[in-house]
Amino acid sequence: MMMIARARRWVATTHLSDGVIERCLLFAALSAVTTLVLITLFILREGLPVIFDRGPMAFLGGVKWAPSRGHFGLLPMIAGTAVVTLGALVIGLPLGLAGAIALAELAPPRARRLLKPMIELLAGIPSVVYGFIGMEILVPFIRERGTLGGPGYSALAASIILGIMVLPTIIGISIDALEAVPRSYRDGSRALGATQWQTITGVVLPAARNGIVAAVILGMGRAVGETMAVIMVAGNAVQFPGSLLAPVRTLTANIALEMSYATGAHAQALFATGIVLFILSLALNGIAGRVRAVRKVAAA
Amino acid sequence: MSAITHHYRTAGGVLLFVATACTRAADARPADAGVVTLAGSTSIQPFAERWAEEYDGGRVIVQSGGSTAGIKAAHDGTADIGMSSRTLQPAESKGLIETVVARDGIAIIVHAGNPVRALSLGQLQGIYAGSIRNWNAVGGRDLPITVITREDGSGTRDAFEQFVMGPTHEITATALVTAYSGGLRKMVSQDPGAIGYVTFSQLNTQVHSLAIDGISPSEPAIASGKYRLQRPFVFLTRGAPTGAALQFIAFVLSDTGQRVARAQGLAPVALQ
Repeated sequence: MMMIARARRWVATTHLSDGVIERCLLFAALSAVTTLVLITLFILREGLPVIFDRGPMAFLGGVKWAPSRGHFGLLPMIAGTAVVTLGALVIGLPLGLAGAIALAELAPPRARRLLKPMIELLAGIPSVVYGFIGMEILVPFIRERGTLGGPGYSALAASIILGIMVLPTIIGISIDALEAVPRSYRDGSRALGATQWQTITGVVLPAARNGIVAAVILGMGRAVGETMAVIMVAGNAVQFPGSLLAPVRTLTANIALEMSYATGAHAQALFATGIVLFILSLALNGIAGRVRAVRKVAAA
Repeated sequence: MSAITHHYRTAGGVLLFVATACTRAADARPADAGVVTLAGSTSIQPFAERWAEEYDGGRVIVQSGGSTAGIKAAHDGTADIGMSSRTLQPAESKGLIETVVARDGIAIIVHAGNPVRALSLGQLQGIYAGSIRNWNAVGGRDLPITVITREDGSGTRDAFEQFVMGPTHEITATALVTAYSGGLRKMVSQDPGAIGYVTFSQLNTQVHSLAIDGISPSEPAIASGKYRLQRPFVFLTRGAPTGAALQFIAFVLSDTGQRVARAQGLAPVALQ
């Protein structure tokens, strides 16, 4: 604290201060952007050759992945990512939305003060812990109780784990969206004789719709990008998931599993997998940002 | 394409070279000739580090990078000794002297409660190719088989494919994949229908190993070559080893060196 006070005094009494600090901040900001640009360029440089070598259609649409035999088809992994992400939403969206409504609209302030930090804490649990719990409890449960059989390591296990992992994102952003709905909307609705439930479903949710859509999309981004927990429970077989109980491999798992020994074209193909992921998460973030921006314009 | 691959490999080689140069520069003592650099197979690396610890004839620097990188390092001379955990293709071995320093068995493992104790190589191939899907087809209970394999690129998988699958068969796409041999053992220990493979040193009481074609994996059976699911750990030198490299290889092949290997679960090269 002393240091800061002294620094402030120094800044206040020195003439060069403003310019120097401005430049330092600019430099810091630029270094973050530069890192992003460098990473992007590097991934593109490493990954693009193999995509164009095989042809984008053969790479993205190919169904066989066996790099040491020269097969680089990414479609099973794209399908795997799609299945577990949708599965995560099927589980996470109802729970998350219900949680957000309960916390923002229904819960007494004291319960809310207690519960909201706990949900945020959920986001702080390392993903390897989720994966470990999934491997030790969820996978054996699915294998032994599943009437349809299967090894337990499955799209279902990954979906359940991811469904829990996306909850903090969906709940947090949905609460923000619900709280941004002006109080007058609720008052008006109640004054017209609507019940609280009618007010929530008929007035508040529609008004907060864009924010909730953004929450769902950012939750999807979280699910698409998750790696460790998915590797531990999904089984990672390179195949189109025939059922929810079949093992699947996601794009992130594909990179993490094979990176240690990959050389040459194999390594490039993993970078190319990274390009696909990069574009996917860029698109999701872009859509989420746009949806939220629309809401702000509408509210203004 | 080949230009790109070449470029990539060159970058790796340069990196290895710089690393070697740096460690050497940092260690600029008169007895510089006493430093031996090893590079290559990640499977051999931990054992090479154990040998380096026991060796008192000079400094030994162990780097990994994979068998392919090790073969290249031996060719380039960026490492004194290249390490490979697979047999070399004829084109690769040109100009290199191969010294087998130990043998690593690959054990086929199943759940401890599985009554099946032996498989023929053909049955094993059928299971991994996906044509045999139930344990009752090989004398076991009526239970679907959960096939577990290592990831593409793994040296253990490479050796397994070479011996079990051959050039004509591929591991079924429905097989579960994991990148860690410890993790694979755990998966097998939890699933009554599971089958997997790990290096001999990873065997423990959580799982049962199977006899293949009537031979159980054991140190003598691996050393004598009777248990055929094995791979050599090869040290590669450009031409016959000389100086510090020769001295280190001699140590590794000595009784002390081979005892270290056995203590780590490897089979020695000449067990009598």
